[in-house]
Amino acid sequence: MKHLLSVHDISASEAIAILDTAAHLETLTSGAVKKLPTLRGRTVVNLFFEDSTRTRLSFESAAKRLSADVTNFTAKGSSVSKGESLKDTAQTLQAMGADAIVIRHPASGAANRLAESGWVSASIINAGDGTHEHPTQALLDAFTIRKHFGALNRDFASLKIAIVGDILHSRVARSNIALLQKLGAKVTVIAPPTLIPTGIESWGAPYSYDFDEQLEEFDVVMMLRVQLERMNESFFPNGREYSRGYGLDETRLARLKTDAIVMHPGPMNRGLEISAASADSIRSVVVEQVSNGVLVRMAVLYQLLGGPDIATTGVAQ
Amino acid sequence: MSLVLDSGEINRALKRISHEIVEHNHGVDSVVLMGIPTRGRFLAERLSKMIESIEKPIPCGTLDITMHRDDHRIRAPRALVETLLPAGGIEGKDVVLVDDVLFSGRTIRAALDALGELGRPRSVQLAVLVDRGHRELPIRADYVGKNIPTSIKESVKVALSEHDERDLVEIVAVGE
Repeated sequence: MKHLLSVHDISASEAIAILDTAAHLETLTSGAVKKLPTLRGRTVVNLFFEDSTRTRLSFESAAKRLSADVTNFTAKGSSVSKGESLKDTAQTLQAMGADAIVIRHPASGAANRLAESGWVSASIINAGDGTHEHPTQALLDAFTIRKHFGALNRDFASLKIAIVGDILHSRVARSNIALLQKLGAKVTVIAPPTLIPTGIESWGAPYSYDFDEQLEEFDVVMMLRVQLERMNESFFPNGREYSRGYGLDETRLARLKTDAIVMHPGPMNRGLEISAASADSIRSVVVEQVSNGVLVRMAVLYQLLGGPDIATTGVAQ
Repeated sequence: MSLVLDSGEINRALKRISHEIVEHNHGVDSVVLMGIPTRGRFLAERLSKMIESIEKPIPCGTLDITMHRDDHRIRAPRALVETLLPAGGIEGKDVVLVDDVLFSGRTIRAALDALGELGRPRSVQLAVLVDRGHRELPIRADYVGKNIPTSIKESVKVALSEHDERDLVEIVAVGE
């Protein structure tokens, strides 16, 4: 595996291998020393053209825990604001010897462009491109689900998962629906009609406009952030109306199965798609998702950079 | 291809090693075994059963060394395997690392580093079923099942019933 651009690029068994690696890494980094020497001398560049807290910090600590050197690049305050193109930025990173580039970009397809352009020889990891994909988020969500239900001896095939909210703008939803279905889970998409993308029939997941209809049946309820920055005002009348129809409030929380979990990729709009009580309840695994994110990203970095340098040996993997 | 140890000989070598471990450590109060996957793990489990029958039960764990190898730049990424801390941990203990074949010594170098992440043992000892020579690092074994002088062109194959259906050690010429 050279790049990680989309969950469609990896098979179910490759995904399981990444989750297994992450599980082993959890044991290996549970001691006093959290650092492993594996990627010593490798350089990972975080190339962020869009705001991020969790993902950037997560990739940064994942790379550091594997002893890689990390360079952070944010578009704000760089020559991008002077009009430098993605190509020129990429070539600068190539000249500085980046072994992996973690890219977040507001344009869908930016990661693929960088991987296929031939501008850089580094491995490309998609950390979110527009409304397209966010594969490491889907992997860390799968890891969190697997860890929770694995302890109860339940596999993906036995799980019903609801993904609720702003599907239209959500790369997290696209990656999660594809990956979780690939792993065997039954995924249902729930959103107001305005936030369901056209052509959703081709995703293979049933969808519903009614959150309350099958609430008692779900093992996992994944709430999505309402992406106000990608919206004009016309998707729903107001926040209160949205919450009433699609927010996870205490009443809905109480109706969930006893061992069901509540997930959210963050950042949360408390009081809009999820109430504060739901976000902080014992069902919520939001904080676990963050710590699992570091493990899964370590596994991905190891998978991509743990082998021979393709550029110097000429050996394709 | 030539057979070096059969099932009975492997068993006798392990029995001797378990007695040596007990003797060397004046009992097994602070001894824990850590097997290095794949086959070292099964050898450690066998040793722990034998030591239990001659002295008393001792904790047994496994140690994955993949992330500490020094050949990441020349080999494809290897799958990780489970690391299991022995009951009671390794802090202040006499840890006996167990592996099937001692060759270059690089695996043991990685194991010592991996062990260092889990805690600070009082001492670390090494038990191997076969020492085939050709060390590339200043590392030696404390307990050896059998010393087998080999040519660098040969490889030593260890089979254990838990993993390979039967017990044997044989020398195979590379390319055979």
